[in-house]
Parts: sequence; structure tokens; C-alpha cells
Amino acid sequence: MTIPETPGNGHDGHDHEDHPGMAHDEEMGYYALRARAMEALLVEKGICSPDEIQGMVDRVEARSPADGARVVARAWADPEFKALLLSDPEAALAQLGYSLPVTTPKLDVVENTDKLHHLVVCTLCSCYPRALLGRPPDWYKSLAYRSRAVVDPRGVISEFGLDLGDDVEVLVLDSTADLRYLVLPRRPEGSQEMTEEQLAELVTRDSMIGVTNARSPQAVGAG
Amino acid sequence: MNQGPTSSGGESARFRAGDEVRVRVDNPGGHFRTPAYIQGQAGRVHKLCGVFPNPESLAYGGDGQPAQPLYRVEFSQKQVWPEYRGPVSDKIHVDIYQHWLEPV
Repeated sequence: MTIPETPGNGHDGHDHEDHPGMAHDEEMGYYALRARAMEALLVEKGICSPDEIQGMVDRVEARSPADGARVVARAWADPEFKALLLSDPEAALAQLGYSLPVTTPKLDVVENTDKLHHLVVCTLCSCYPRALLGRPPDWYKSLAYRSRAVVDPRGVISEFGLDLGDDVEVLVLDSTADLRYLVLPRRPEGSQEMTEEQLAELVTRDSMIGVTNARSPQAVGAG
Repeated sequence: MNQGPTSSGGESARFRAGDEVRVRVDNPGGHFRTPAYIQGQAGRVHKLCGVFPNPESLAYGGDGQPAQPLYRVEFSQKQVWPEYRGPVSDKIHVDIYQHWLEPV
């Protein structure tokens, strides 16, 4: 969960008994206010400390799709790493220096091939592999994506610019519970000579959700 | 907050990969993580993902016990959505806790 940033509203000196309508709170949106209220209650009840909340926010903010791209590029370049990533993602990530906190939901990595294309959605809320990719894009949390990704995945994928033939099986993963899914996209053709750093530039956030493929070397001017 | 998988004190796994199962139709009220669109549908267990504290209890300050085996269950898209646009081979996988599943 992300606590929205609001100006001049740190932990110290903030009166948590304020309510909507008070002058300085008019700058805060409804959800920001609600998040503040919940944060205050969690602290008051001793469920977690402000430091723990801030630590979680910092951890998520420190991650971005570049972290996922680094992992995918290593998997493309190193078959042994790829096998480990698919069978024991946490052990594979540890090799790259990523240690997921124990409170992080279990990660599962699924591989796209020329015959099987995975698409990830959370129809119930916005479950996403935040521990590796950071915050999800807004569209991922939208009602439109969450409903249409399960009913018409091929239509959604096509709107992202990818037309999959009927010879490719589309497999939607609805992460309703305690697992978070990362798609290992297909390694693009023409990328054989690229270094791991160059490969990482082909890996987009969207390709790790499965709404598109990775970029072609031509698309980044490397072909 | 996610509590992570548990290794003890949970229900033992009733199903194995390949087993045919049906998702119960229920609305227990409060927080539950079995989407309405998949309730009543028959599918096949893809794999056991682990044993996790029950979110229906965790959501209200409970201890999540007994912990529930969690399965990735495979369904045919054509069967879930009669109007589905795509080949019959397309699938959807949904993560479902054991107490929502019954044998077919």
C-alpha cells in the first residue's frame, strides 16, 4: 500500500484527530485522508510503527521495472539462471542481490514462448510483484483492465499492439491470493549478439505483465 | 499484510496436480478472495502453491488458522465465458484456497 505524499504533513506535529473540512486538509484528496487515518490507527493500536510503514514505502519506491529487466536479461543470457528463476525465483533473485522481505508475497515466474503467452491480472484488487517491479501502472489497477483482461485477453493484448495468432495459447493468470506473477518475456529475434546490459533495455514493464512482448533490437536502435 | 506461507498447523492438502475440482458458490460476506466469475466452474488443479493463513480470518485480525492449501487451478476460457473470442486452447489460471474447492 502506498501512502500518498502530501505537502507539509510529516508524522511529527500532525494532529490525527483532524477531519475532512478543516482548512489545511482541503489539499488532501479523499483517499489520501483515508490512508492517513488508517496509518494513524495502525500506529495507535501498536500494529506497526511509523518507521515500518515508511520502510515499506521506501522499499517499494526503490524498485522499478529496471530491476525486473535486469533479472529477465540475466535469464536470457544464462540458461542455468533461467532454470533456477523458473523453479526457485527467490534463490535466483538472491544471486542478483535481491532479498525479498519475508512479508513479501511469494513470487512465481512464468515463461512466454512462441506457443504460450501469459497475461497477468488481479481481478480483485491490484496484486503485482511490487517487491521486484515497484508500483503497478495506473491502468493495471483500472476496472477496465481488471475485467477485460480475463474476459477478452486477446483484445486487450491487441490494443497494446500485439496480435497473437490462434496457434499461440493465451494463458491468463488471475493473482487472487498469495502469489505474485512475473512474466519472463520471449527473447527477441536478432538479439543474439547483445550484452546483458543491452538486453535489459529491450525488457519493458508491460512485457513483464504480458500485455506486450519485449522490444525488438531495431526498436531501440541496436539492430 | 501478507503473512507468508506456513509450514505447520494447516489443513492437509486434499488435491493433487491433475485433479478435477469445482469451485464452491458462496458469499460468506466480508473479505474473501474467490472471484464471483469463477464460482461454480469446474477446472483442474495445475499445482499446489503452498499452505497460507486464511485471508478471510486475517482480514479481521484473526490468526488465519487453520491455514489453507492454495492451488493454481486451470479453467477453459470457452467454458468460463461462452462468448469468449479465441481458440479453445486458451486458459485461465486462478489461485484458490482449498476450502473453496470440492472434488468433481
